[in-house]
Amino acid sequence: MSMLLEVSGVSVSFDGFKAINNLSFNIGSAELRAIIGPNGAGKTTFMDIVTGKTRPDEGRVIWGEKSVSLLKMSEAQIAQSGVGRKFQKPTVFEDQTVQENLLVALKKPRGWLAVLGYRPTVEDLGRVDALAEEIGLTDQLSRLAGELSHGQKQWLEIGMLLAQEPRLLLVDEPAAGMTVTERQHTTDILVEAAKTRAVVVVEHDMEFVRRLNCKVTVLHEGSVLAEGSLDHVTANQDVIDVYLGR
Amino acid sequence: MQRSFIARNPSVLIFLSLLALFTLVVTVLSEGVGSGLISTSFIKTLGKTLCLCLIAVAMDLIWGFAGILSLGHFAFFGLGGYMIGMWLMYERTRLIVVDSLSQTEIPPTEAEVVDAIGTQIFGVVGSSEFPLIWGFADSLTLQLMLVVLVPGLLALVFGWLAFRSRVTGVYLSILTQAMTLALALYLFQNDSGLRGNNGLSGLQNLPGVTASQDLVSLWFLWASAFALGAGYLLAAWVVSGKFGSVIRGIRDNEARVRFLGYSVEAYKLAIFTLTACIAAIAGALYYPQAGIINPAEIAPIASIYLAVWVAIGGRGRLYGAVIGAAFVSLLSTWFTGGQAPDLPLGFYTVKWVDWWLVLLGLSFVAVTLFAPKGIGGLIDLIAQRASKKETGQ
Repeated sequence: MSMLLEVSGVSVSFDGFKAINNLSFNIGSAELRAIIGPNGAGKTTFMDIVTGKTRPDEGRVIWGEKSVSLLKMSEAQIAQSGVGRKFQKPTVFEDQTVQENLLVALKKPRGWLAVLGYRPTVEDLGRVDALAEEIGLTDQLSRLAGELSHGQKQWLEIGMLLAQEPRLLLVDEPAAGMTVTERQHTTDILVEAAKTRAVVVVEHDMEFVRRLNCKVTVLHEGSVLAEGSLDHVTANQDVIDVYLGR
Repeated sequence: MQRSFIARNPSVLIFLSLLALFTLVVTVLSEGVGSGLISTSFIKTLGKTLCLCLIAVAMDLIWGFAGILSLGHFAFFGLGGYMIGMWLMYERTRLIVVDSLSQTEIPPTEAEVVDAIGTQIFGVVGSSEFPLIWGFADSLTLQLMLVVLVPGLLALVFGWLAFRSRVTGVYLSILTQAMTLALALYLFQNDSGLRGNNGLSGLQNLPGVTASQDLVSLWFLWASAFALGAGYLLAAWVVSGKFGSVIRGIRDNEARVRFLGYSVEAYKLAIFTLTACIAAIAGALYYPQAGIINPAEIAPIASIYLAVWVAIGGRGRLYGAVIGAAFVSLLSTWFTGGQAPDLPLGFYTVKWVDWWLVLLGLSFVAVTLFAPKGIGGLIDLIAQRASKKETGQ
């Protein structure tokens, strides 16, 4: 299987604390992957490294068929090359309508001059409508994002990521604070998205991970502890000791 | 199928109509061409106020929309004033010098004329040499270009350094204050080439123009009104589309914009430089009406007042910025000009010249606490009520 993202031998420490310790793992081009681990296992730091927010002390992060290094690119360049990131807290532009939020995210030239002259075409608006349907916000298009419920904001943010047409989607705890039906809807969106691209979900909640029904990577103290199906890793004695046993 | 920009933004049309109406009424009542009900000095005050409204629009763009609290935009305003002031002063002095030298029997040489102009202009700072920066002062076209280029370039370099290092929030505000303070201190020096604390004066006299100040003041009023209208239209257009979406996004959630693939720094730099240029144009129209510019004009406090106007008028609403600047600056003129009657309290008499700043400070606090949307927010409220009535809800 061709790899989309290869992380190898990455380490990073903050003030002597090793947040990521010789971490290596790969993600294929159309794969759904869950990353679990206790607090402080380095899940968010891993996302920060891939998206360019944090520079590792050592190691390599290789991206795509052309095998370019993500470590020399800015956050905006990494995002443009096809990495989308969803934050733990829903971060949408609350002061703007759902439609405006999605339009800003659409895959279009990102330079300020091009954006200054940009006016949405019929095609763009159609694309926004299709996205809104995908995330179940069709009848909310003209509402301000700030007025949406917590779950709807999370979906809107996922919709914005999909609008970017990323090849890799990093999703941080999407199900936190959601009701059971909302979780089901979120699972559907993510599983659907993973058919055409790689989706990496960082999650605490075992029940949600089980629903995703995918390969699981367990992180502990900044490196990979176990990898495989959920049943496989939960049977692993190390995993039980550090994570489930407590 | 796409409606025109004005049709989609009725508030812009309303604003432009009101501005045109205002200009017309003032013209009809002026001493220059009208009934003379409004004095020429008040025409100048109104013209200057329009320029302040224009820089307030720029401030609203950078602060209200992009969320960057720049406390240095008066530096650009002042620089714009200096750039046009250099030509006004040079050319007027040249005409006077040529006139007086033509009385002599031997016609003066080119060098003698330049020397005499230099002595006239720089005599007050004990020099007669033209500094290098006056190299283009004899050309109106070049000096007009410098009005935009010099402040624009300063904004570009300063902004590039600041935004590239990801300086944000209060730290950026402090940095911009430092910039305007440094510029003011530099200009205060006699050897800065711009006449130190004397500044440039006599700017109200247009060289070669024999028309009275009654008329000249009207020309500047019209030019200021036109500039404000054009600036307002430009600002409204900039924020109406996706660019507006992105900069409001930067204001509300910078990280989200960055991870959507937008280079936040480039956008900040673009809007910072654009607003600096607008501020410079406003300054270039302001100081010929004020007649004098000196380094005290770009003291840090000036830029803070600008922020106060925009806050009182209502951030994130272009008309709010205009209302705030017009309202507060006119009120300030009234209170500090000694026209406001003293308020006797029996045991103490409130002299507004002293107490105006306290009043301004209190109203700023009150607006921040009780009406964060400012005066513009009230207008929004009224407009919403009216539209609800129309739809019968």
